Amino acid sequence: MTSILPIRPETGASQRAAARAAQYGLVQLGGRPPLGAYLKELWSRRHLTWEFAKSRFRAQNEANRLGMGWVILNPLIQAAVYGLVFSVIMSNDSRPDNYPAFLVVGVFTFTFFSGCFSDGAKSLISNRGMVRALHFPRAVLPLATVIQKALELCAMVLVMMVIVMLTGEAPDIDWLMIVPAYALMALFCAGVAFLAARLTVHMRDITQLIPFVTRLFFYLSGIFYIIGDRFQDEGILGTLLELNPLNVYISLIRYAMLDGLRGAENGIEITAATWALAGGYGVVLFVVGFIFFWRAEGLYGRD
Amino acid sequence: MTEQTPFPRGSVATGYNGEGVENAPGQDAPKPTLADPVGSAPAAWATEPEPEQPEPAPAPVKKAPAKKAAKKGVGPSGLKKIKTRVPAGPRERPTVIVDNLHITYKVWATGKAASGRNSEKKGLLARTPALRRAREVHAVRGISFTAYEGDAIGVVGTNGSGKSTLLQGVAGLVPPARGSIFSLGNPTLLGVGAALMNELSGERNVILGGLALGLSMEEVRAKYDSIVEFSGLEPEFLDLPMRTYSQGMAARLRFSIAASVSHQVLMIDEALSVGDRQFQQRSEARIRELRESAGTVFLVSHALPAITKTCNRVLWIHKGKLIMDGGVDEVIQAYTDSENGPE
Repeated sequence: MTSILPIRPETGASQRAAARAAQYGLVQLGGRPPLGAYLKELWSRRHLTWEFAKSRFRAQNEANRLGMGWVILNPLIQAAVYGLVFSVIMSNDSRPDNYPAFLVVGVFTFTFFSGCFSDGAKSLISNRGMVRALHFPRAVLPLATVIQKALELCAMVLVMMVIVMLTGEAPDIDWLMIVPAYALMALFCAGVAFLAARLTVHMRDITQLIPFVTRLFFYLSGIFYIIGDRFQDEGILGTLLELNPLNVYISLIRYAMLDGLRGAENGIEITAATWALAGGYGVVLFVVGFIFFWRAEGLYGRD
Repeated sequence: MTEQTPFPRGSVATGYNGEGVENAPGQDAPKPTLADPVGSAPAAWATEPEPEQPEPAPAPVKKAPAKKAAKKGVGPSGLKKIKTRVPAGPRERPTVIVDNLHITYKVWATGKAASGRNSEKKGLLARTPALRRAREVHAVRGISFTAYEGDAIGVVGTNGSGKSTLLQGVAGLVPPARGSIFSLGNPTLLGVGAALMNELSGERNVILGGLALGLSMEEVRAKYDSIVEFSGLEPEFLDLPMRTYSQGMAARLRFSIAASVSHQVLMIDEALSVGDRQFQQRSEARIRELRESAGTVFLVSHALPAITKTCNRVLWIHKGKLIMDGGVDEVIQAYTDSENGPE
């Protein structure tokens, strides 16, 4: 679409109007502020971002009788369904150790990504009323979505820890590794949310494709199997799947949480390169996504 | 109260239909326009489009026949008089300069709605009915004016004439297709409702709304009591979710939040028609107050008495163009007399 090109405010400004405006200290509206100013404004609106994320997190369950209980119940039910499907109905022998815990960690971590992706994509179009009524850096909306999903993740992690302990794992110091791992993953997810949010504004149809992309990644990211086991003879394909950012993050979390999987002979090997990949994906996606989003700042609200 | 609902989209969609399809009976012929306020205005009044502007869009209005107007005795000759008669504060400091503003929307529509009667009539490109095409809806077509400190400007026009879109455009919230807007600070649209959440309590919403208006956390806390007091809501309701509020109560809270900030430029879309009698008086008083504190207020309303009471100047918009810009009595009179008058 032609309108993808970011506009600058000077479109069609007549010189006389501009001169008169300058004389009286009026500033031109619209367009996109420089990156530095934008970041500063975004920072000054951090309370709004946080409050908006928190309110949405609360509001989504407020009308239910169990209220915030669903924040815990939802992942529990999810774990039960996947547990039923993959360990009872589709059982097979070549399963990693402690398969229920393995599955729960994978599914919950993936849920964080898929939520950021699909809700982040809709963050601008579903808040169009707000965009058309209030002035604020539009990056607040995808960011608030990621924060909201991160709050949900916190609840899921608690459930996850309980389940992992119930399956016989004892908490150890390595569990703390999930904090940097999830932090890097959140950066990655925010980047994806920025990219998806802008693309969706240009082309609404993308929301139709997101479930399929998500589903594809669900099967490709080793949620219910270990990629290294399954694709060890596939050469380049196996390597690509191993490098898949979601597999990297999920492997880090599993390595941290599940004692029985640590080490190459048990399934998951974590090296400095894995952390470098996780950091690289997070930082690069975040920066690229943010800049891509900012470049169209003046266009949001027109659709 | 289009702007107040969380989904102003509806109002915009109405604009599309009115604008784009243009199948309303009797709307095909060009309307006799009273004058082109931009072209004939003194320099101090409006920003004139540069002659070398590549866009010739505003030109047709200029020389439109003023038969009807002449009949009513408000000919182009009388217009200059109208403008000078506008009772207002010192017209020294402009707060908003709108220069040849165009706003277009792209709508994806299928088949007949997209090809419509227009294309048949005008013999434009024949369209394949089944194909989906982007249709441009030209909601605001080359509007220019300058608002001054202390102005309270009413905006009138029929449904779908582009009033709400104009306001959103002038507020800098909908990007212009062409033209530009200069303003003293960011104009605030009284539409904080869009940021509020029905599931949350009134109290949380006051905080959320205040932050959304750009207040800091401390400022929100400092203003909290006065917002609640102005809204006149019973304290016990503040703990209840907003969805339990009556329409009037919710509207009062929204107005109170939005009006708590002293805006340099405030825009109100049909906001005064909500709330009970007592609250209406209070909000009118608040708008006068905002106006006196050297701000500029824009008010879109179909309730002409509200405009007469609050405003000193009126813009009459029809089909996205500025028909008339002048003092309240004259413009309202002409608007009421015209066949496009209030429904």
